[in-house]
Amino acid sequence: MLTISLTHYVILSALLFSIGLFGVITKRNAVAVLICIEIMLNAVNINLVAFSKYITPIDFTGQIFSLFVITVAAAEVGIGLAIIIAIYRNKLSVNLDDFDLLKW
Amino acid sequence: METSIYSVIAFYLLAITIVGNAALVVFAKNIVHSVLFLAVTFISMAGLFLLLDADFIAAIQVLVYAGAVCIMVVFGIMLIQAPDMKGTNLFNTQLFAGGGVVALVFALCAILAGRTAWTDLLATQAVPENTIQVIGTLLMSKYVIPFEVVAILLLVALVGAIVIARDDAGTVAMDEGVKANAHD
Repeated sequence: MLTISLTHYVILSALLFSIGLFGVITKRNAVAVLICIEIMLNAVNINLVAFSKYITPIDFTGQIFSLFVITVAAAEVGIGLAIIIAIYRNKLSVNLDDFDLLKW
Repeated sequence: METSIYSVIAFYLLAITIVGNAALVVFAKNIVHSVLFLAVTFISMAGLFLLLDADFIAAIQVLVYAGAVCIMVVFGIMLIQAPDMKGTNLFNTQLFAGGGVVALVFALCAILAGRTAWTDLLATQAVPENTIQVIGTLLMSKYVIPFEVVAILLLVALVGAIVIARDDAGTVAMDEGVKANAHD
């Protein structure tokens, strides 16, 4: 009998998180790294909502928490893009390998 | 436990769409294509939230992620990329090392998820029909302090983004342009 249990959601979320992490580690473009961080945050949201349904369906803890995660992620992408635009203006590049100002 | 065959089919379809499009986001060579695949990922994730009885989160997911975040990222790309978008989203030299680390992380997560005894934790109740009313009441009673803190955080992020991204030299040049036009 085919059923969908909590384990399915946790593994889907782990897979999505791994894809995002892979992008964060291996991408050259700063905007691409920002996008991959969004994928990782979304993977966490899937986990939170799945736990909310299967473990605390009355308390709504996971759903409220994922709402806050969505808000913070939106703020993060705004600030991140602003920082990337500011760096681009100084260095005329978005390649993360060029951002070595703090290296000595 | 979801026992209906339709929800099982829906889960697998959505899971394949989400993982496939997320992989395309990472492997696309053009960053605008990456953002397009990202929007598809976010919308199918909203479908997954509907499957998990979280209709309000699904609506917020479409509004905030597919609507606001993707459009904002495209605007950012248009501000900073050269006119030619070919090869704007390439890999660096850590491809294989990164792949190995990520494979280890995923294997660890999957093994732990498989070994955990979820059945002891599972609740017997179902999620209430009207999630929006419950979430609204909770946000205004139990979680009112975090709610207000998040409001202040959004304000700080808004002001901070404007201050960081503002081009002071460019503003001066634009002012001079306006003055020059006024003298004509």
